[in-house]
Amino acid sequence: MSNEEGNIIKSINVNNISQAVAKLCIDANYFLGQDMIDALQNAYDQEISLTGKEILKQIMDNAVVAKSEEVPMCQDTGFAVIFVELGQDVHIEGGSLENAINEGVRRGYTDGYLRKSIVGHPLERENTGDNTPAVVYYKLVPGDKLKITVAPKGGGSENMSAIKMLKPAEGLEGVKQFVLDTVLAAGSNPCPPVVVGVGIGGTFEKAAMLSKESLLRAVGTPNPRPDIADLEKELLISINNLGIGPQGLGGRITALAVHVDVYPAHIASLPVAVNINCHANRHKEIIL
Amino acid sequence: MSEIKLITPVTDDVIKKLRIGQKVLLNGVLYTGRDAAHKKLVELLDSGKGLPIDLQGQIIYYVGPSPAKPGQIIGSAGPTTSGRMDLYAPKLIALGLKGMVGKGKRSPDVIKALKQYNSVYFAAVGGAAALISKSIKKCEVVAYPELGPEAIYRLEVEDFPVIVVNDTLGGDLYEEGTKKYAIS
Repeated sequence: MSNEEGNIIKSINVNNISQAVAKLCIDANYFLGQDMIDALQNAYDQEISLTGKEILKQIMDNAVVAKSEEVPMCQDTGFAVIFVELGQDVHIEGGSLENAINEGVRRGYTDGYLRKSIVGHPLERENTGDNTPAVVYYKLVPGDKLKITVAPKGGGSENMSAIKMLKPAEGLEGVKQFVLDTVLAAGSNPCPPVVVGVGIGGTFEKAAMLSKESLLRAVGTPNPRPDIADLEKELLISINNLGIGPQGLGGRITALAVHVDVYPAHIASLPVAVNINCHANRHKEIIL
Repeated sequence: MSEIKLITPVTDDVIKKLRIGQKVLLNGVLYTGRDAAHKKLVELLDSGKGLPIDLQGQIIYYVGPSPAKPGQIIGSAGPTTSGRMDLYAPKLIALGLKGMVGKGKRSPDVIKALKQYNSVYFAAVGGAAALISKSIKKCEVVAYPELGPEAIYRLEVEDFPVIVVNDTLGGDLYEEGTKKYAIS
């Protein structure tokens, strides 16, 4: 098939999409990323608290058991948060893209023996029974590829997230203080050692999106902007100086990494959002 | 650091000796319960009715396991955030509940109840759910099956690893541990 300008359009069938999403849901929950395994080993080497060290050992052993027995690392297998990058030369055939994604979540969470943690109404709170619907974000990009990232997000860490609309005059110091305050208030709840995602700038929801998307980077990969990479390093040191430690029981390793993303802001605004991830920092992706 | 073995049901004497930071291996029975089950238990108490389980000397584990695969006793079963049970816990502690296992800080009301009624709060490692489930040897639903993973299960455990976080003296390892390793 070709479009009006004669470019070839690639067709992707919805069944392939459902199948891919199902596998990503399972893989993200069974298999800890190598970046996280390396980061945990590094944390183990650095931690001086004996209790902290033992906890880190348990977390690493847990990843080995989950992988070898093909079971979820954590019983909270999360809200299926899905990022779609759709090439503008891709044609989806056979049905709705969003339905296909939700069908994939349904199959993955059922066939993979993952916990169904979604209630259909936030106040009535009846479980939907199949972990749908997913939270899906779309980005239209050049090209003929479809990239899908599944990032299952647990409630314990998500509940510790925060956003604040700072005054521009509060500046960098205000941003740093808010990040530290948020991590300190979270304490043991988000299952430290955590990965801290920070979004600075944009609007209210843009800052939140930046903080969430920053967690998709391989852990510890610095922001390409040198000034922001320096801020990431500084925040990591400050956070680890809080003493919260593995599982909040005291120690030198509270966070494995801090990822910061920035976006232009309104002359009147300085939004800052903090999205915390647990020590699994689950996400898996595929390009179709 | 040596480990202390506890076998449920436990007595006040045993509980009173525990101190924050000690590693404990739980053996015997643990009852599971999350927000939904706690709400139902406390509603029964408030209306003067009996509970479906006898909590005297027992320990509750805050967990909502993933489904068991064929051949598994239970799915992955790590602790959930305990703070969500803080509103309900003091009433169960007053009734004779001797311990709770979860993750995360407890409220001042819970900590006060622990002192008053000789009970303790233990932390298990959040996110170590596949490993933890290996110490669970038996699992059966005893109340509220309609709640699915939030039902009350009776677990039989062997050397289930936990750490004492709040003891009967009012100690709090989250506070003490953080203070010890903080650098200002």
